[in-house]
Amino acid sequence: MNQLYAWGAVAGIVSASTAGDVLLSRGMKQVGDVAELRRQAGLVTVIARVLRNPNFVLGVAAMAVAFYAMLFGLSWADVSLVIPAATSLTFVTNAIAARFFLHERVDQRRWMAALLVAGGVVLLAL
Amino acid sequence: MTFRRYLVLAGVSVFAVTGDSLVSRGMKQVGSISLHDLPGIVLVVFRPEIALGIFFLLAFFACYTSALSWADLTYVLPATSISFILLTLVAKFILHENVSLARWMGVLLISIGVGVVTQGPALTHPPKAKKSECLGATASARLEP
Repeated sequence: MNQLYAWGAVAGIVSASTAGDVLLSRGMKQVGDVAELRRQAGLVTVIARVLRNPNFVLGVAAMAVAFYAMLFGLSWADVSLVIPAATSLTFVTNAIAARFFLHERVDQRRWMAALLVAGGVVLLAL
Repeated sequence: MTFRRYLVLAGVSVFAVTGDSLVSRGMKQVGSISLHDLPGIVLVVFRPEIALGIFFLLAFFACYTSALSWADLTYVLPATSISFILLTLVAKFILHENVSLARWMGVLLISIGVGVVTQGPALTHPPKAKKSECLGATASARLEP
């Protein structure tokens, strides 16, 4: 039963943090290159435009949900299971979500990088 | 990719590691705080190490969102995972922890992953932005001196 709770928490963290990353990425693409925007319109305009973007705000909210899911997960299961499992799976789910929701061209190179890093993160926890 | 953009990616990794380490060290000095001790939870952010850690984490978030404004999510995430490598090096050479062979293998896999992704283009789907950026690192470096 404890295992079920632990993996439930991992699923919660992975879903919320993937949603957060995808929303932040979509929001920031809508805002545009911030360095260029800062040169043209100034820092205050950049900050205002970022904070007014609904995708950015939702992304930050999703990341807050992921953070609380992690706190709950850590109270149910070992840190050595929850953190590496959630971190490495997030690399894989982000690649899938970026392909479908952000229409990024996730080619062999990107897949290989995501899987290598995901595998590396698991090894770091051993 | 311009030098400034590589600096932003490096900032994501370095600031995340520095911020996490400072907050972690600060919290270990404080010890455990009860969830019912609300003033304790709030006041902890004014401790110098934790305040500095939060400052670095804000810098990390600024660099991260900045990188996402000009690069794909599937580029930024693997490229900035050098933070895991930095964390292992800090553990070995500054904290003098014992780093197992498995962890060094993990560092090797992540390094290859970072190398693989950074050889490719940073942006593959310019929404309304300049189409030229999707042509790859060489094109964007030429267009953005």
